[in-house]
Amino acid sequence: MKEKKPDLPLILLASCTAIVCGFLLFILFHIYSQGAGTINSRFLTELPRNGMTEGGILPAIAGTILLTLITAWFAVPFGIAAAVYLNEYAGDNPSTRLIRAAVRNLAGVPSIIYGLFGLALFVQGMHLGTSLLSAGLTLGLLSLPYIITTTEEALKTVPNSLREAAMGLGATRFETIRDIVLPAAVPGILTGVILSVARAAGETAPILFTGAAFYITGLPVHPLQEFMALPYHLYMLSTQHQSIETVRPLAYGTAVVLVSFVFLLNITASVLRSRYRSQIHL
Amino acid sequence: MNAKNRNRYDRLATWFFGINGWMGIAILLGIFAMLVYNTIAFFARVSPMDFITNTQWNPGAEGPKGLYGLLPLLISTLLVTFGAMLLAVPIGIGTAVFISEYTSPRVKNILKPAVEMLAAIPSVVIGFIGIVIIGPGIAGTFGLSNGLNAMNGAILLAMMALPTIITVAEDALHAVPADLKEASYGLGAGKWTTLYRVAIPAARPGIIAGVMLGMGRAIGETMTVLMATGNALSFPSGFFDSVRTITATIAIELGEVPHQTTHYYGLFALALVLFLITLTVNSLADRISHRIRQYH
Repeated sequence: MKEKKPDLPLILLASCTAIVCGFLLFILFHIYSQGAGTINSRFLTELPRNGMTEGGILPAIAGTILLTLITAWFAVPFGIAAAVYLNEYAGDNPSTRLIRAAVRNLAGVPSIIYGLFGLALFVQGMHLGTSLLSAGLTLGLLSLPYIITTTEEALKTVPNSLREAAMGLGATRFETIRDIVLPAAVPGILTGVILSVARAAGETAPILFTGAAFYITGLPVHPLQEFMALPYHLYMLSTQHQSIETVRPLAYGTAVVLVSFVFLLNITASVLRSRYRSQIHL
Repeated sequence: MNAKNRNRYDRLATWFFGINGWMGIAILLGIFAMLVYNTIAFFARVSPMDFITNTQWNPGAEGPKGLYGLLPLLISTLLVTFGAMLLAVPIGIGTAVFISEYTSPRVKNILKPAVEMLAAIPSVVIGFIGIVIIGPGIAGTFGLSNGLNAMNGAILLAMMALPTIITVAEDALHAVPADLKEASYGLGAGKWTTLYRVAIPAARPGIIAGVMLGMGRAIGETMTVLMATGNALSFPSGFFDSVRTITATIAIELGEVPHQTTHYYGLFALALVLFLITLTVNSLADRISHRIRQYH
């Protein structure tokens, strides 16, 4: 028998893990404890007042929700169609390997470059101006590679026997995809879509030049208007406002709302995923 | 519906999906073309040699000409990224090994979502933490007047790179075949020896790929460094200096410059440099992780 020594490697590895978890808990605890006092129904439902030093953040909340919807509306159909092509039509050959490599690389393109691309393509090229629509399309491009990848994963989990059965009954390839494959993959696709859109909702750099504004009077009503958004609002409140210390509570409040919004989407996605998993194992 | 119509729909669908399938390549090429196009416009006004060798970025200086030196921004980006990797690589690999080799499935089910949560926190919130917590912390610890510097940026970028490194490295360790480890135990090796001599070397390509993907993320990150590094336009000499990275420069200056000017095109040239760096890092990571897939 070997003598029992304190397991040094284990302590080292455990403390690495503790640092990571500590980071996370500390960030969340700090933001929620500092921001809790600011959150009330008026903060969530009022317009900003008095040069942003008082009042609520309703326009920013509305802006972020609308922006998220435009992002999804644009990216989801194209993303799913691309994934269907890769998984259902193309198979594994040099050209699809190239496409997949391009998609993986797109996921690694810095978000600020998407902002430049959106500025050149949507704001200037298509003359949409700095607007909700331009920003939504830009974020749509940014979330496209994630939606393609996760949808492809979801399509892979659909058993081939289902496709063969449909084809055997005389369905065309398109009918098989529309009526059998896609419905079977919906929970997986939805999970991926929600996660991708949650990422986009928290992004700031791509909307800096494509339509986010520090202050607009009233709520966003037109897609070609500039808009307020939670991440941009937090950035401006914490770095650009003329009296940064005065608006610090508002910044914490905005951070709480933003983090809660993103986490809510993430939790929805993981609940969906776990339900789906337990269904498959039945 | 008759057979003729059904077949027509089927052919139409094949076309539709095919066009969408190639979209990924089209967007990547589109981004590249847009950057190159604007960079060429820049190099028509400022010589590429000046861009690469000049040690100052100061577009407002010297009248309309301005100084467009890439170096201070590139060095700042590399400095902050290097600092972030110094922190994130050991902590990230350590955490991945712990999660993969030492925890029960129940603990794993808590730790993995925790890592996902860290990844889900928007970068602007991490930047905010840098302003309100890390900055004052650094200033207090080292007796500085201001904690918005390269070290602050490095700590925050480490936080942002960690989830990527942990997830990819953990997947790689998980994929190491059990019989390799069992053979090692069978030869009398202990847990630590097996880990150090067998599991980690077998998972090395995946771990390296994770580190590179994390690094790509750190290099391209904008909001955290924009908010937490102070953005001073000077040549950095250490971690206590305020720095301005490539991404932060684009974010700050693009909103202010008139479009279609030398300065405007210069920012696209910076973006092209950034694009090529991240593309290279990500492609290498892709290559390496492709090699593991061939193994197993």
